[in-house]
Amino acid sequence: MNVIGAVFNLNNPAHVVHWHFFQMSVSNIIVIVAMLAVFALAILLPFPGAARRQAAREGRAER
Amino acid sequence: MSVAATPGKRSWTVRTREAAVGALPPEKLLPDGQPTYVDSWIYVFGVATLAALIVIVGSGMILGLKGPAWWHDTGVGHFFNSIHLWAVELFFFTMVVHLWGKYWMAAWRGGRARVWMTGAVTFLVAIPTALTGYVSQQNFDAQWISTQAKDAMNSIGAGAFFNVTNFGQMYSWHVLLFPVAVVALVAGHVLLVRRHGVVPPFELAERAPAAPAGSASPPGPASGAPPPAGPPSEAPPSGGAQPGRQGEPS
Repeated sequence: MNVIGAVFNLNNPAHVVHWHFFQMSVSNIIVIVAMLAVFALAILLPFPGAARRQAAREGRAER
Repeated sequence: MSVAATPGKRSWTVRTREAAVGALPPEKLLPDGQPTYVDSWIYVFGVATLAALIVIVGSGMILGLKGPAWWHDTGVGHFFNSIHLWAVELFFFTMVVHLWGKYWMAAWRGGRARVWMTGAVTFLVAIPTALTGYVSQQNFDAQWISTQAKDAMNSIGAGAFFNVTNFGQMYSWHVLLFPVAVVALVAGHVLLVRRHGVVPPFELAERAPAAPAGSASPPGPASGAPPPAGPPSEAPPSGGAQPGRQGEPS
């Protein structure tokens, strides 16, 4: 049976951030930061074709 | 052969049908278009959560059919096990981003309190759904999680009833009881969104506060839909609030 191993060695304990009572793995922190980044991008980035639809609406409003 | 209805007496099926169609007419259940303000990436995370849930349920069904030996000892089984896990990770990722978006846009406005409530309860129920899955892996990781979680359950007094080291109980909760609850809550949540419409942004609601439901029109026609001849079929800025209600209360 062919077994494809992981590209990186995953057989290590997690790196953990300790700060007073706060304790969390680095990977968990990365995921949370990624979620915040995705949230910010979702709000800031325009939807595909949004400018074209806005121009069409403004054109219809003027008529 | 149809049975003639008793005059003056409506059967429960008629009453149920009328209540269901009254609450959710077909054009609201499956609308022609959507409000223009939905034209934003933040509105994608709800349906992304739904898509992840469908993958979770589908892959979970296959894992349940084949059992723990399959998902540990075969390549395909391991693959479906991984699909199930990563779908769960994406489910929570997208659900929490969806939650953040809905919180900051105060999506409970305009009579949408139950939409918020069903969403919040779904989140709370999804957590033990995942926990029961983590303790059902049939590996040392699951054993560790269950022995740690047992301390937590005992500390809140639930340990006698909810025994996280009892694989049979945890697997049953995970495969049947919790998914039924999550799917029922999600279905209710989505139907309520269909009923009340997507909440309009604050700016739009402030611009048309006194517009009666159904007559106020969105800034432009719905994306991809032709301009409505009469009252828009898609949710108006008042958010398709219950008939008779004014527009958005700020």
